[in-house]
Amino acid sequence: MTVAPALLGLLQSGPRHGYDLKRAFDERFGQDKPLAYGQVYSTLARLLKNGLVEVEHEPGDGPDRKRYAITEAGVSDVAVWLATPEKPEPYLQSAMYTKVVLALLTGRDAADVLDAQRTEHLRLMRELTRRKSEGDLADQLVCDHALFHLEADLRWLELTAARLDDLATSVRG
Amino acid sequence: MTTSPPAASASTHPAPADPGTTPGGALLAAHDLHLAFGPTTALASASLEVHPGEVLALMGPSGSGKSTLLHCLAGILRPDSGRVTYGGRDLTAMSDVERSALRRSEFGFVFQFGQLVPELTCAENVALPLRLAGVGRRDALGTAREWLTRLEVPDVADKRPGQTSGGQGQRVAVARALVTRPRVVFADEPTGALDSLNGERVMQMFVAAARDTGAAVVLVTHEARVAAYSDREAVVRDGRVREQVRA
Repeated sequence: MTVAPALLGLLQSGPRHGYDLKRAFDERFGQDKPLAYGQVYSTLARLLKNGLVEVEHEPGDGPDRKRYAITEAGVSDVAVWLATPEKPEPYLQSAMYTKVVLALLTGRDAADVLDAQRTEHLRLMRELTRRKSEGDLADQLVCDHALFHLEADLRWLELTAARLDDLATSVRG
Repeated sequence: MTTSPPAASASTHPAPADPGTTPGGALLAAHDLHLAFGPTTALASASLEVHPGEVLALMGPSGSGKSTLLHCLAGILRPDSGRVTYGGRDLTAMSDVERSALRRSEFGFVFQFGQLVPELTCAENVALPLRLAGVGRRDALGTAREWLTRLEVPDVADKRPGQTSGGQGQRVAVARALVTRPRVVFADEPTGALDSLNGERVMQMFVAAARDTGAAVVLVTHEARVAAYSDREAVVRDGRVREQVRA
């Protein structure tokens, strides 16, 4: 989960109210999925409990009267998180593969399954390509990340299409 | 990036007359094409329609017949049987001279390695199709320079292709393909020799410029990220077009 370290990292530039923090997160990382306020405050509560942030109270009522500041421990936590590589997805549980095998097992046309999937992948790739063309550098990088993954899926679809006869023999025993 | 194509060619080299479409709206169509190279079957009942102004990606594995189909559609190859029609005219029934004239006036081409004339400057390369169409040297070069500016490579105008980078060379090739305002541009792996970043820029500019001029694009590619610039894709496998999916 990247929300907690991302919020911490955003606090490193200076203390913020919960609302400002949510807005900063959404602007930079919330492309299709803005953070819920509940998640912001529950995450901040956890960070507070773990000594990674501290609260500067301002006069007045309500949660937005609290300004959150990162602690030394929080700065170290961000550094450790940045230095730790993300575990690559294993991609070994694939619904696409399951569909192809089941199509073959049930006597359906597996090539149709692959074609339908290709069409759907390309539809999304067109949408991302359009968005990328109209967006700023941040949009371009986020869309490129998605496009490269979709492209990898499509290469798998092509390879599988070329091996369908062999796969059919193997699956049907 | 500017959004309108250079206009000078409109005065010096008007776009070809509207060739018309079939009742189904197709500008260009392959009907049941068969073609073999010796014992190797390249096309086996391939049929396809290209509509005015659309960007169509021809996808498929290596050796599937997609480039052969493009060459038949462009009138470069003649199929063993079947017909290619352009605006209702049968390309396959035309003489070589007629097909050459059609390619010069109404089609544009972008290949993987640019295929620019190494002895000419980039501006002269872009001007070449206009010169062949009878446009005077000064006007043709002026229009060529406008196109190079449109594709953001004005600095290469007086350089020879060998003095440019791969990405610059492909932009010159795109300018040359569009300078006569063709009805159809055929592109065979236009970014195949470029890295991701340069490939992206070339595709963005190519598709934007083609849409501005109203040209249809037939784009052969095995790269999904390139195909994502199209309006729809057709997949060629074992010499047949497996499907046509409307976006």
